[in-house]
Formats: sequence, structure tokens, C-alpha cells
Amino acid sequence: MTIHFVVHDEGDSVGVVVVEGLKAGQPLTGWIMDQDKMIEFQAINDIPIGHKLAVRAIANGDTIIKYGIDIGKAVANIGAGEHAHVHNVKTKRW
Amino acid sequence: MAMDLKNASFEGWRRENGRMGVRNHVIILPVDDLSNAACEAVAHNIKGCMAIPHAYGRLQFGYDLELHFRTLIGTGCNPNVAGVVIIGIEPGWAGKIAEGIAASGKPVEFFGIEQHGDINTIARASHAAYRMVKHASKLKKSKAPLVDLWVSTKCGESDTTSGLASCPTNGNAFDKLWENGNTLVFGETTELTGGEHLVAARCRTPEIRTQFQAMFDRYQRVVEANKTSDLSDSQPTKGNIEGGLTTIEEKALGNIQKIGKKCIVDGVLDKAEAPTHSGLWFMDSSSAAAEMVTLCAASGYAVHFFPTGQGNVIGNPIVPVIKITANPRTQRTMSEHVDVDVTGLLQKRMNMDDAGEALLDCMLRTAEGELTAAELLGHREFSLTRIYESA
Repeated sequence: MTIHFVVHDEGDSVGVVVVEGLKAGQPLTGWIMDQDKMIEFQAINDIPIGHKLAVRAIANGDTIIKYGIDIGKAVANIGAGEHAHVHNVKTKRW
Repeated sequence: MAMDLKNASFEGWRRENGRMGVRNHVIILPVDDLSNAACEAVAHNIKGCMAIPHAYGRLQFGYDLELHFRTLIGTGCNPNVAGVVIIGIEPGWAGKIAEGIAASGKPVEFFGIEQHGDINTIARASHAAYRMVKHASKLKKSKAPLVDLWVSTKCGESDTTSGLASCPTNGNAFDKLWENGNTLVFGETTELTGGEHLVAARCRTPEIRTQFQAMFDRYQRVVEANKTSDLSDSQPTKGNIEGGLTTIEEKALGNIQKIGKKCIVDGVLDKAEAPTHSGLWFMDSSSAAAEMVTLCAASGYAVHFFPTGQGNVIGNPIVPVIKITANPRTQRTMSEHVDVDVTGLLQKRMNMDDAGEALLDCMLRTAEGELTAAELLGHREFSLTRIYESA
């Protein structure tokens, strides 16, 4: 079994792609590390290894949660399964 | 089976001041940029020694100059160094650094170039280096308990796999070393931004927490005073962003995984300052890889753990740098830079305790002389931290 993406905590809004060449629409297996649970999911974009996918819909202005902690804010609406990165997420610091 | 750290030992060099080293370098250390050429000529003449060129040392003043001296003296005092030859454009500052290193009890000689010229200085310093390498080559290794090994950490070219796996591997090993009573350090002040409250909560006493917070706040003021943007491209770096890290907060939370789940922050250090007791120290420092590892070496740390995501290639002239990666693309494309492969963590083929043990095993092999990837590839980045402009 291949794990395609990993989520730190089940409260997180994003997970991390851990395989190369992930394609939109491909059935994905995800591992929620802290609770040691497996989930099934689909991405709506091609997402590079290491990059994040939203595991739920996130509204513009919402806080992004990873590690169960605030890592910044959405600056656009992000759909579940969408690539979340510098084009739609920004720091709240500096 | 878990490693028995209390009974673990390694063979290294016991220095005059009691510290244990895992390498036996003779270094030719310039005081200033002008003396690099002479130092490199000496290192060419005498086999078995190493020049450590750098870019600074002229017209510095105040705290910036104090840090320059402290870093060079600390580098010479590092237990991985058997002896030091110092060359400066003039003998005054060279002598001051020699005096600082001599306090550790190890052999040190110094030379000034003015009124002699490069050729004569190189000849005199080469004789000194000859004696020093001869001396170092006769030193015998001895056995020491693992607790005598000082270990530093700093990660680089991090990505999301760093926070998921390679930094937690570092944290697992640090938890075990901390419980064993080893002397440890982490730093990277601005790279805690967004997770600073988590580090503050781990400080042993309110006094240490106040000292940590003051260091963190001071560095934030430097960023606030000098920034021209939100530091996107600098923190996180272009490489971090390519690796999927989006914000400084996300990067910081990954970074903090390096101090594990159990370690308590037992004290804080200024840059290149030597710790005064065992435990985990926080050093107020740059997050740039070569600067931070150079400062750790100057504080006396003998082995360095370096988790990387995208594949930072850094090494250090005197301290072996052990690279850990969990990124399968990095492992596939640049495995010659990786010492500990923990990619299995992300596919549940390896658990965190096994990964921590693999790192500790590599650490012990490195302490006993096995060369790291960075040593094999000749990475000797020595980068001095500057505080402000020269006079």
C-alpha cells in the first residue's frame, strides 16, 4: 500500500503529499499520523511532492491549521482537495 | 532493541581541558581575510592540516568584534582540534586569539605578516604546522562514555517532510540523549516564529523563559526594522517554498520538532558561547546553515545533526555534520549527501523510535571516525556571523 499524503493531526485543514507525480482525480490514501488513522481522498489539482492539499474546504480569511496549530491564513477560497500554497495561503507574521 | 545509552561509549581524543573530540584536526586559522592566502599556503605545504579561510576580521568593533574573537577562539578550543596555527596581518589580534585558545591547554602558535611578508610568514608558520601535525599524529584515542559527546542541531533546506519525519527523528534522538545527560544545543531564533510559545513553555525556569523571550523579541525587532516585505523568499527560502512550505509559522513548527517531546530547555547561550553544564541549550543565532553550524562548533559541540528536506549540502571544517532526510525525491536524486535515510517513516515502513535509533547509531559510528557524506564531499563551510557594518 502506498501512502500518498500525510496529515499531522485530524483537526488539520491540510495534508502533505509524500509521493512524486500525484495527479488530479487519482484515488489517494492518506495517513493521519497523530491518531494513526487512514483516509481515502481525491486531489483536484496535480500536486508536487511535499506540497499541501486542503483536506476540507477553507474560506478566504480562514486560519490554516497544521500540527493542530495556526500556520497562517487563506487569501482565497480553497476547495477540498485543492493545492494549498503561496498562491492562496500567507503568513500572519511580519 | 533500544540502544543502552548509559552504557554506550566511543573512542575519541581526550583534550587537555577534559573535553572529548571525535576528530583530530590541526587548523591554520586566519585572523582576517588578508591572511587567507598565507594560511592556505601553509596547509598546502604541510600534509594533514587544514586552512579555514573566511571573509572578515578587519575594522570590526564593539560587540561585532567581540563575537569575531569569541568565534575564532571557540573554533580553536573545539575538542575536534588538536592544535592551531594562527596568522593575522599584524600580530596583536593574532596573539589575542592565540591567548584565548591557549587557555584550553592545547598547542597554539601565532604569526603576523607585516614586517615579514607572506613568504617568510608562510615559512615560519609551516614549521609550526609541521610540529603541530607531528604532535597530533602521536595522540592516542581513549574510550569515553557517550555522555561526554556534545551534540548540536540545526536543519536546512527544510520542506514539509522535515516537519513530518526528519526533524521528529532528530527530536527522538535528542529526547534520548537529553535523558542520558548529554550536552545539546538548538537555535535559529527567527525560525521559531509562530512556535516561540511552544519553546517558551519548555524552558526549565521562569528566568530562562524570560531570557529566551528577550532573545526572540530582540531578533523580531531586527526583522521588523529591516524588512522590505513579509520575508517571503527569505524565510521561508525559495528552496523551502519549492519543497511545499508556505509560511514561517509552518516552517517553525517543523523546525521545533528537533527538540523532541521530552527535552526541557536548560539554558540559553549567546552566539558562540560555551555551555556551563549539561542539558539542552538554546542559542540565539541566525538560521542560515553555515553560520549556525559554525557557531555551534565555536561553542564546543563535537557532532552536528542536520535534518534536510530538499537537500542542503552543508558541512563544517571541524565538526562532522550528519544529514537526515525523509524526502524520497531527495534520497533518489542526491543520496550521496544523506547519512541517515528515514523516508520509510512516511510510508509506515519505519517507526519513530527506529528512526531515532538509526540516527544515534550513525552518530556513534561518526564519533568513532566513520566519515560523513559532507566530509567525503569536502564540504567545509565556515561562515562568521556579523552583527553590523565595519567601521
